[in-house]
Amino acid sequence: MQTQDALVEIRGLGKHFGEGSTRVNALADFDLDVHAGEVVGLLGPSGSGKSTLLNLVGCILEPTAGVMRLDGQDIWNGEWKRKDLRRLRLEKIGFIFQSHNLLPFLNAWENIAIVRTLLGDPPAAAQRRAHELLDYLKMAHRRDAMPAQLSGGEAQRVAIARALANDSRIILADEPTAALDSERALAVIELLRTAALERQAAVLVVTHDDKIFDRLDKKVHLRDGRLDPNA
Amino acid sequence: MNLSLRDVYQNLGKFLLTCVGVSLLLGVVMGMIAIYRGLVDEALGLARAMKADVWVVEGGTRGPFAEASRMPGDTREGISSLWGVESAGSVLFQNIEIAHRGTTRRLMLIGWEPGRPGGPPTLSEGRPITRSHYEAIADRRAGFAIGEQVIMGRNTFAIVGLVENLVASGGDPVIFTTLRDAQRLQFELEPSAARREQARNAAAAQNTDSINAVLVRLKSNMSPQVFAQDVQRWKRLSAMSQTQQEDVLATSVIERARKQIGLFTSILLIVSMVIIGLIIYTMTIDKKRPIATLKLIGAPDSVIVKLILQQALAMGMIGFITGAILLRLGQDYFPRRLVFETSDAVALFGIVIVICLAGSVIGVRAALKIDPASALSN
Repeated sequence: MQTQDALVEIRGLGKHFGEGSTRVNALADFDLDVHAGEVVGLLGPSGSGKSTLLNLVGCILEPTAGVMRLDGQDIWNGEWKRKDLRRLRLEKIGFIFQSHNLLPFLNAWENIAIVRTLLGDPPAAAQRRAHELLDYLKMAHRRDAMPAQLSGGEAQRVAIARALANDSRIILADEPTAALDSERALAVIELLRTAALERQAAVLVVTHDDKIFDRLDKKVHLRDGRLDPNA
Repeated sequence: MNLSLRDVYQNLGKFLLTCVGVSLLLGVVMGMIAIYRGLVDEALGLARAMKADVWVVEGGTRGPFAEASRMPGDTREGISSLWGVESAGSVLFQNIEIAHRGTTRRLMLIGWEPGRPGGPPTLSEGRPITRSHYEAIADRRAGFAIGEQVIMGRNTFAIVGLVENLVASGGDPVIFTTLRDAQRLQFELEPSAARREQARNAAAAQNTDSINAVLVRLKSNMSPQVFAQDVQRWKRLSAMSQTQQEDVLATSVIERARKQIGLFTSILLIVSMVIIGLIIYTMTIDKKRPIATLKLIGAPDSVIVKLILQQALAMGMIGFITGAILLRLGQDYFPRRLVFETSDAVALFGIVIVICLAGSVIGVRAALKIDPASALSN
């Protein structure tokens, strides 16, 4: 079930590195809409521009062309429309990584609560929210475990909880199932689908994992920084 | 949620080991400062313990602590007769080495006239010298016990009293005898050598009544400066007030040590800063991915800077406190007197904080340069 609200709107987005003879077009003239409740997969070989696109949407890289709107707000139109990009990420975007990237010195619930703390929640409220999310992801029994004590699937669930902690409606996932076996990979993508539907979030997933292809609402194939016309 | 504290808990062993290293370094810095303070205290302590208003010494010299000063023994009688003098006493200083319980002890022997200025201050144990010969009062650090017999020169002395913390500027414990005994120790020769000297110049050989200084206590209405100027008119004598004598000690005896210790202390502080800086930098690089993740999820720079600075400051503070404890524990076993004053502790604590902050600069710069996108790379 998806709505018509495009939470990620990209028109003519481009990114090149270098100039002149060393210029490399990582992404060129790229259009994409990701709607609320939708899980969109970015597919393509290495060097096709998937990660560049994820970095552009995540406001980590600066585009060199095009227009980008996130959650109804102009973000890039020849220049950044918001100066504090880190705050923008904190408020609007949730990230999920291939290797979960949980902070090794915080336990499971603290890894989630830190997002709420950064948003300004009092410690008790941040802890309560973290516990709620762990309950939601059926990880309540592991909330005091350190990342090193979690299995790959458990760690990825905590990472998903962290991505949801800021109540963001845009979730960017970079190879979230690459380090997991089939069963856990499917569990993770199902979690993302559930989160997208229940929270009306737009989920953009970079993946090579064919096990999860049929669980994606839309697949966007890239080749050489453009939409692959043959896909 | 304190991130730096949680990171420290996560790497507690490594962090504590680093703190131990820093504490040893800062302990040495504190030790250097304490040695210097002890040196000043000891050097000035002896001069102050004499409780003189004016020091009369050989003309053209700056007194027994700075250079050789030798005067005839009857100088004191001439000084005593001057107007404004309450009391005056002759003193003789001499470095000696004696054998004691199988080891060699180096001591500063002071001969004085009992009942006159120049003697030991309050005794911590025993009694004053009551006999004119062969009794001595020693600093406790000389290792003598009350009633112990000590051979000095060709005579045996009984230790009758002990004083505390009275040593020469070189750190040698002080031992007091009567002036006459000290003069005999200084000038008495072996019998065969004495006979030879007597044959060469009988008059000179018998003249042992020589002293190094006359200590003068003045009446309350007499200014030490004015009295010193009066004495200076006698060309064969020089005179210094107690303050001038302390200045001479401070400049001639302590100044070089102050520069040497100051230089070493400065070098150690710079080394501490470099080491703390390198440790903080290494700790920051170890946290590259967590820092990139923090940036990616939206943590402001202040959170990351705080993470690094708090650890640096914690390291400095733990190092400082542990260093101070180590110094305190090792104080009694150190061969020199260590004096670590509160003002020095406060000043060094401030310096350590500045060093930690300065040492963190490289780590903070490295952290701020970390690209948040590196959290996405595997």
